[in-house]
Parts: sequence; structure tokens; C-alpha cells
Amino acid sequence: MEQAIFEERRDQIHRTGEGPFELACNRDSLAGAVSQRACVFCGSRVVLYPIADALHLVHGPIGCAVYTWDIRGALSSGPELHRLSFSTDLQEKDVIFGGEKKLKAALLELIERHKPKAAFVYATCIVGIIGDDVAAVCRDVAEKTGIPVIPVQSEGFKGNKREGYTAACKAMFTLTGTGDISDISPISINILGDFNLAGEIWIIRDYFKRMGVETVANITGDGRVDDIRRAHGAALNVVQCSGATMELAKMMQEKYGIPFIRASYLGIEDMADSLYAVAEHFKDRDPGIMERAQQVVREELSVLLPQLGQYRKDLEGKKVAIYVGGAFKAFSLIKAFRHLGMKVVLVGSQTGTKEDYEELAAICDPGTVIVDDSNPLELSKFVKELDVDLFVGGVKERPIAHKLGVGFCDHNHERKEALEGFVGMLNFAREVHASATSPIWRFVPRREAMAKAEAAKKEAI
Amino acid sequence: MSDSPYVSTTNACKLCTPLGAALAFRGVEGAIPFLHGSQGCATYMRRYIISHFREPMDIASSALGEKQAVFGGGPNLKKGILNVMSKYGASVVGVATTCLTETIGDDVPRLLAEFRKEFGDLPLPEIVHVSTPSYSGTHMEGWHAAVAALASQLVQDKAEPQRRVNLMPGLVSPADLRHLKDILADFGVDATILPDISDSMDRPALLDYEKLPAGGTTLADIRAMSGSLGSIECGRADHVAESAGANLERRFGVKNLRIGIPVGIRESDAFFAALEELTGLPTPKKYQDERGRLVDAYVDGHKYVAGKRAIVYGEEDLVIAMTAFLAEIGVKPILCATGATCKNFKAQLAAVTEGLLPEPPEAREGVDFHDIAEQAADLAPDLLVGHSKGYTYAKAWNVPLMRVGFPIHDRFGGQRMRHVAYGGTQELFDRLVNVVLERKQEDSAVGYGYL
Repeated sequence: MEQAIFEERRDQIHRTGEGPFELACNRDSLAGAVSQRACVFCGSRVVLYPIADALHLVHGPIGCAVYTWDIRGALSSGPELHRLSFSTDLQEKDVIFGGEKKLKAALLELIERHKPKAAFVYATCIVGIIGDDVAAVCRDVAEKTGIPVIPVQSEGFKGNKREGYTAACKAMFTLTGTGDISDISPISINILGDFNLAGEIWIIRDYFKRMGVETVANITGDGRVDDIRRAHGAALNVVQCSGATMELAKMMQEKYGIPFIRASYLGIEDMADSLYAVAEHFKDRDPGIMERAQQVVREELSVLLPQLGQYRKDLEGKKVAIYVGGAFKAFSLIKAFRHLGMKVVLVGSQTGTKEDYEELAAICDPGTVIVDDSNPLELSKFVKELDVDLFVGGVKERPIAHKLGVGFCDHNHERKEALEGFVGMLNFAREVHASATSPIWRFVPRREAMAKAEAAKKEAI
Repeated sequence: MSDSPYVSTTNACKLCTPLGAALAFRGVEGAIPFLHGSQGCATYMRRYIISHFREPMDIASSALGEKQAVFGGGPNLKKGILNVMSKYGASVVGVATTCLTETIGDDVPRLLAEFRKEFGDLPLPEIVHVSTPSYSGTHMEGWHAAVAALASQLVQDKAEPQRRVNLMPGLVSPADLRHLKDILADFGVDATILPDISDSMDRPALLDYEKLPAGGTTLADIRAMSGSLGSIECGRADHVAESAGANLERRFGVKNLRIGIPVGIRESDAFFAALEELTGLPTPKKYQDERGRLVDAYVDGHKYVAGKRAIVYGEEDLVIAMTAFLAEIGVKPILCATGATCKNFKAQLAAVTEGLLPEPPEAREGVDFHDIAEQAADLAPDLLVGHSKGYTYAKAWNVPLMRVGFPIHDRFGGQRMRHVAYGGTQELFDRLVNVVLERKQEDSAVGYGYL
């Protein structure tokens, strides 16, 4: 069994309770290891993608654009320019002679056609190699068209998704501070790190509204260029998905003095804690705010809890594996599973940091396996060894679970079910329940064999 | 030559070159596809392919970082191959390049020669390499180039002559491949189907997780290709300088019959005729009967679909094949479009519709969905025929989309969808008639129970 683990990756795996916690992470992926990670471009693209009234032009060969066409279920309440996939579709002659001219022509053509509020230009691997001066073209086109044209330095090979997040934050930061903030309430926030998958940011905004908090900018779910331009007028940045947008929060703190807090809208405690943390921040300016936050939580829980109990009955004691992009989401999931009576036995992420993993180790039960930048061979090995009943991950992890006869919950950015907020917790429970308790698993050979072995054991006794 | 008047591309109607190569390599037994480039490419393609087939699709990557992009990717390539050897136990490694490694100028054949020398003491897998920069061609070039590379690099000697047929089926579904295998078995000849993703991309539920999915063309069958009665190569569009079949013909004198992907009666007839020619045997009665039932179905259903105006889009081979089928059932292909640039696309569309349409259908190559949509406004289509990426437009125009080919990301069972030979065409025809009937029923206030 141990064969599934690469020698070079042994220190990227840890079992809690076995010696002092130490986990190597933030390394380049191992060649030939079939990492589940993507690239720098992917990181930038997913963060900026939901800005719905911007033009997102991928400067490179066609693949990068086509594999990210409408990739997220990020909804917009208005324009949907973000759902189109734009590319310069570089050809061999562009690679030889340079792609700047083509980029400029494509930008002018698309800006004329779609009249976007701003344009983001993503540099891909090849652009970094052939040396196109993307920033110069952007400056030139911005001057000609009068809209912000922002280069995103996201050459794929220059790291992993996290470097892509940084590039995206730098790009957005250039927009902040350019809009009128005179009519913004002193009790106001920006929501950072929520991408409005299946309409989730609308759920969260509604909670804040009921508390009396104005949301200035969604960054980036259902995002708008003009809102980001005014984002520096908000009194507080509330940052979810720490990896993706924390850097923007830090830059805004430094330049505009806007404080930030971390939040998570997944699961009951984290959702409630996030509302309370915002209330706490504003309580001096608005003494009634904590009361209103409690009211929101009370109302929502009175609907949620009775329904949640039904699902818990069937799920109690089942074992869960979590493998997600960023480690921050894993914290919330572990807590959410406790509400369902389920036990997390494996948890990992593509791009967690040392601090993330330390925090994970601290909240996990002893014996939990923690992995960084894992791959199908390792994940399948652990699913079997730890006798997992349900796997939470994305599209690439789904067949691993299914082939082993293990239930699956899609918690990736392609999901079409809202899993955030109190109502999201119910959807989450429903989805977990639907998969983990399905009658079909008995037919999967591995489970069939396990059931037979179990029966034989009982008979022997 | 692109028929698009625009510089920019919007919602491309093509995929990138290495994806096709990776998928083709998956059709060889014991093979792991290996992309020489940055990590993201492999991950994106895996996600894209898994969403269609709903099967594991491990693609290894040399995972180049900034340093390697500057100093060369050789060490990562070698290390990566060693890693897939030890962990996957791969007997074949299919190395496809990407735009990154092509542009930094990695000389993959040289690196592989070095690798074989350096690690000659180990039991090395077969390593096949193909050049697939994504700035040149589409996933179909990648597919055909990988198939050609498998034939030209793995078939080294003239094999014993035997009653065997080589079939290069093109990018068709696992269900299509199973159907083709049945046909070959019923002809009573051995066959090498290259590549064969019928098992590897549509696996049964098993006792354990397979590192490498079983199935795929065996190395022995690939090597036997040089002794075959002949090759049948499906796909009318020109893709590579020398196809697998042409290569085997040039080097070993194995007769190569180039036909279309067999969709519709005329193209299926050509397929069976090719089999008859190579084997010297008549088409088994079973398939004559299937043909008869298909003709009977055409007769019974022709009025439902008569004169319907269809836009066909996607891969050039499949667009040509679907157009051949639509034209022979009385549907009017009003626009045949592909994102690829392909020098014989128009001529082949004219050839497959000859005698069926008063004039060749309008064909456009090198176009994207923006181009197609712009034109469709004047065309008033009744129906779209293509992969699932056209759905946005079908919805916007309120016309049905008949999903065919790859990718099918918004419906279930794309890997089990049949298109080829009389049997596959029968299923397509039934589906098409039902798409039309369903729309008619939905649009009617009467609530007809008979149609």
C-alpha cells in the first residue's frame, strides 16, 4: 500500500497524534506525480472571473481560454460579460513575431463591441516567454478607449494558484480609490473572497442587510467594476477564502487604513461567528447591531436546526475525506461535519500554508491524515485505508471516490448548489445525505465485498 | 485559412492540441499521458475530460516552474518519467509537448534519447513523443498526431502477415468503439483499433481503484499492424503531414483506405465496403439487416425532419460526418462550422453531400461561436447539432440542440452515445426525430398524444 506515496512527498503527509506537527508545503509540484493543482493563470482567472461587467481577455493560445469558459457557477444579477470566453488565440506566427499587435487589435475590437467598464488582460505561459509587453499595450488601449485596461501577470509556470491570486489582487487594487465614496454609510463593508457560486453572495448580503450593514463591493461574486472603484470607501473588509483575496485586504489596509477580519460562511458556527464579528466591529458606532445579528442567527437557526436533525440521524458516525483547493475552507467543513455527526479522517488541500496546516492539525481528531498537494494514487490509498464513506472535493476527485464506492459532495467552484449561509448548510446536509445514504453503493464491488466480509465475521461469532 | 472577420476569439469552437494527444494516449494499454509543460495544462485537461467521461483521467506533467522555463525542462521531464514508471508502472509513456516547452526550445527527442541512455539499466517503458504546441492546430491535430506517432515510433519491423485489419477510428465514443469491435469480430478478423478508449474511458465499477485503467490497444497489436491486410482510417479532414495509415503504407506496404467517420448510410456503406475489400468477405447478414432497419426508419421518420434547417459545428471530422447523415435524411445543413482551419474541409463537405443537396452546404472554418451566432441571426435554424458548448446559443435562439461528439458536459452518458455505422446512425436518427417531435409537442397548446 505504501507504494502509493512518493519518497519526495513523505513530508507532505502527516498523521495527527504521531509526533510533533510538521508538514512541508508550498513547494513546486513533483514532476510526474499528477498533482491536482492548476497554475498561476488559473488562480487569477477564478478570482477575477465573476466581475461581470469587465472584459476578460486571455492573451495566449486557445486552451487557457477554452478550459475556463463559464467554468464557475458565479452568478450575476445584471451583465454577464464574464460568462463569455475571450482569447487572442495566438498562432505560430504570433509566437515568432510577437503577439502585441494582435493583443491590441483584439482589445480594441472587443471593447468596441461590448463596451465593458474595464478590461483584464491575462498573460499566459507563452506570453512570458516571447516577452510581449502586455502592460504597454494595456496603457495604450486604456488611453484610446478611456476605460481601465489592466494587465494580470499570470504566466502559468511562475508558481501555482497562489501566485495567481496575488496577481489578481494587484490587478484589482489598481481599480480601488478611483470612485466616488461620498454617499457610503459608516456601517459598511466589502465582501472579499466570495464568488457568488449558485447565488451565495446574495444570501450573505441579505444577512448583512438585515443587520443594517451596507455592502459596498462584492469582491468578486456578482462583482462590478464601479463597486470596486468605490471599495476604499467601506469601513471594513470581510475576507473569506483567505488565500484568494487576503492580499487585497492587506494592500487596502496599508493604503486606505481599512481594517479587515476573516470570515467563513460555511457551516453554522462559522456563519454565525462571521456575522457576530462584523457586529462586534461596528458596535460602538451602532449599539443595536449585535442585537440585530443575533436576531438574524436566531431566525435562521429556528428554520435550519429541526431539518438538520433528520439528516444527522442517518449520517452519525460516517467517515469523511476532504480535499479542497485552499485549506481555509477545510476548517469550516470539519466543523460543519461535526454538526452532522460525521468524522473527518482525511483532510488536505492543493495550496495550504504552514499556518493553515498547523491550524488544521489543531482542530482535527487524533489519527487524521493531513496532506498537501496530493494526487489520485495517494488519495485513493487513504480512502481505502481509512474506510471513508464520503469524499468532499471537486470534479477531479469525484471519480476517485466513485470508483471506490464512496459518496461524493462537490464543494468546488463548479457547484450549482448554494452551500453557504444557514440555508446553505441545509443544502450541504441534503447533498451529503443523498450521496452517503444512497442504496446504490451496495452494488459497487468494493462495498459488496466489504459487506460480505462483515457478514462472514458475524457468522463466525 | 480562417473565415472569421475578427482578430479576437469569443467562445472558441475548438480545444487545444495537447488535449487530443493526451486522450489518444489513454487508448493504449498500460499507457500514461504525460504533458511536458507547466502543471496547469494537465489539470485543466483532466477536468475537461473527466466532466465528459466521468472516469479518472490521470495525466502526468513535468510541472515546469520558472527556473525550468529559463534553463530548460529536461531534468523535470526525466524525473517525471521515472516517477510515472515507479508509481504507475506504466509500460508506455505518451509524451506530448505544450506551448511552453515548444517555445523555450526543449528538444524532446534528444532528451528522451539521453534518458534511455542514462537509465538503460532499468526496465524502461516505451516512450512515444509527439509535438503538440497549442498555438498550432486543435485537439484533432493533437489526436491524429499522437496516433501517427504511435504507429511510426512503436511499429519498427515488418510483422508476420496475418488476417488482421487496422482501424484508426478517430475521436469517437467508447460506445462507438464497442460497436466497431463487434463488427470486426463478426467479420471474423483480428483487429488493431488505434487508439482504443472503449474500456479505458468507460470502466465498470471494480473492486479496487485502478492506477491505470485496463483496456486500450496492446503493444503487441500495435506491432502487428505492419503485417495486417490493410488499414482503415476514419476522418475525412486532413490533419497531419503523414497519418498513421499513410505511414504504415509507406514503410510496410500496408494498404490504407481513408474513409469518413461512418455516420449515415452512405458513409457506413463505405466503411463496410472497406472491410469487404480488405477481408474479401461479404458484410454479415446481421449488419445487412441493421442497414435494412435503418432504411425503414428513414422512411417512417422522414416527414418529421424534412426541410429542417440545422447548424452543425464542432470537430471537422465529425461535422463532415454529421452533415453526410443530415443531408441524406432531408435535413438542410445551413451552416457547417469548425474552429479548426483545415484545407479540405469545404471540399469534403461537398463530397459527402453530392447528389443529396442542390449545392454544397455553406462551410466556415476557423470560426468561433461569435461568428456562428452572428450568421445564425439571418439563417433562422430549427436545430443545432454539435457538442454541449453550443447550448447557450440554442437557449438564446429557442431551438433544440442535438448533442453529439465531445464534450458533453451538460447531459449524462456522453461516453455511451453511439454515432457510427448503421447501429449508431439508427440511434442518432431516433434521437433526432424525437428532438423534433418533443419540440413540436412542447410548442403546441393541444397536448397531442399521437404524433
